[in-house]
Amino acid sequence: MRALVIDDSRTMRRIVARTLHDLGFETLEAEHGQHALDMLAEGPAPDLACIDWNMPVMDGLTFVMQARANPDLRGMTLMMVTTESEQSQIVRALAAGAHEYLIKPFSTDAVRDKLELLGLLPVEEHA
Amino acid sequence: MTVSAGTFAFVADLVRRRSAIVLEPGKEYLVESRLLPLARDAGHADVDAYVSRVRRAPDEAVHDAVVEALTTNETSWFRDVGPFDALRDHIVPAWRDAGRGTRLRVWSAACSTGQEPYSIAMALADHVPAPGLDVLATDLSEQVLERARRGLYSQLEVNRGMPAPLLVRHLTRVGSGWQVADDVRRAVTFRRHNLLDAPPVGGPFDIVFLRNVLIYFDPVAKRAVLERVRGALRPGGWLVLGAAETTVGVHDGFERVVLGRTAVYRVGAPARQPLIPSPASSPVAPRPPVTAGTAPVSTVPTTIRGAGLR
Repeated sequence: MRALVIDDSRTMRRIVARTLHDLGFETLEAEHGQHALDMLAEGPAPDLACIDWNMPVMDGLTFVMQARANPDLRGMTLMMVTTESEQSQIVRALAAGAHEYLIKPFSTDAVRDKLELLGLLPVEEHA
Repeated sequence: MTVSAGTFAFVADLVRRRSAIVLEPGKEYLVESRLLPLARDAGHADVDAYVSRVRRAPDEAVHDAVVEALTTNETSWFRDVGPFDALRDHIVPAWRDAGRGTRLRVWSAACSTGQEPYSIAMALADHVPAPGLDVLATDLSEQVLERARRGLYSQLEVNRGMPAPLLVRHLTRVGSGWQVADDVRRAVTFRRHNLLDAPPVGGPFDIVFLRNVLIYFDPVAKRAVLERVRGALRPGGWLVLGAAETTVGVHDGFERVVLGRTAVYRVGAPARQPLIPSPASSPVAPRPPVTAGTAPVSTVPTTIRGAGLR
């Protein structure tokens, strides 16, 4: 599994990337939405994008709309990872096409739970 | 630091007598971490000092508090995901086909702070319209039941497994937390219950969720609990266990049935009747089962993900 972490904070990119790495992901990093779109134009789409909301150049919501409009990126799951925590903002992100929404701060377990919901973790066999 | 052998033996014995839950050697950290807040509240520097005080001056309420602290589990919403898909895609359609009446009765046993029973109610919101769903949620701990009844959760708790579409549909922002909506709360009744006692009133149940509980019991208590649960289920009723649990080799009154990627256990299933209705024979076609890893994520039509806004 491969994931693209889009956040203008280098520290936050590292935290998200390390968490995903611990869960078995290879990670790429982008500093804003446009940077991410440029990277995606050059190579195969990752399985997951973790997207901050507030970023310079192109914010996360705009990135989500652009990504959803691009058929080449249809297989990529979009998860907002942001401090924006108002109910109306979650509704907006989902309406724009985000699949999931994780509010900072988060634990590794919370990331794992979200990825399980999204079918992006290996399934454990039942007894 | 960790607790002394004497402290651990006393606490393990107390917990076992009160709840039949076994604290294996190696769980000293659990005793330490769970009892430290109680010790501090009572003015003791550490857990050993607190427990030695408890041993010298036995007090029913203090014993209860110790047992509660050790038997409360962290929990997430839609834990393991698969059981909720199985509930919605297989069990409820089968229940509906069997024509067992208009009310679906579900028992969420050892419900802790309420995430499981509320998840059940949310998963079925579009499948068993109110007021047809009765979820009875029980736990040994009155303290966690009190929290569960309030239906109020912190942001960190909501982050644990709550799908965003269901979050905005079934919870509302209250201060820095989130509260479960009244229609979901109305479907759930919370009551204190010990799994080793006679089944709670409200049954017989169509479905029992008893997840990640048996793992704490010794084999004799496991069998006793399963016997109680079997008695609380309707013939043909369904038992949902935790991912690491099974009735196989413990109690032979259940039949293991695989639904999608989840194994569940059925009691006294009617012979030769298909366990899962085919879409053609069902008045309500079940949704396609979700099989992780075989379809691109964006095309998987689960209610959990796709609920609400998409």
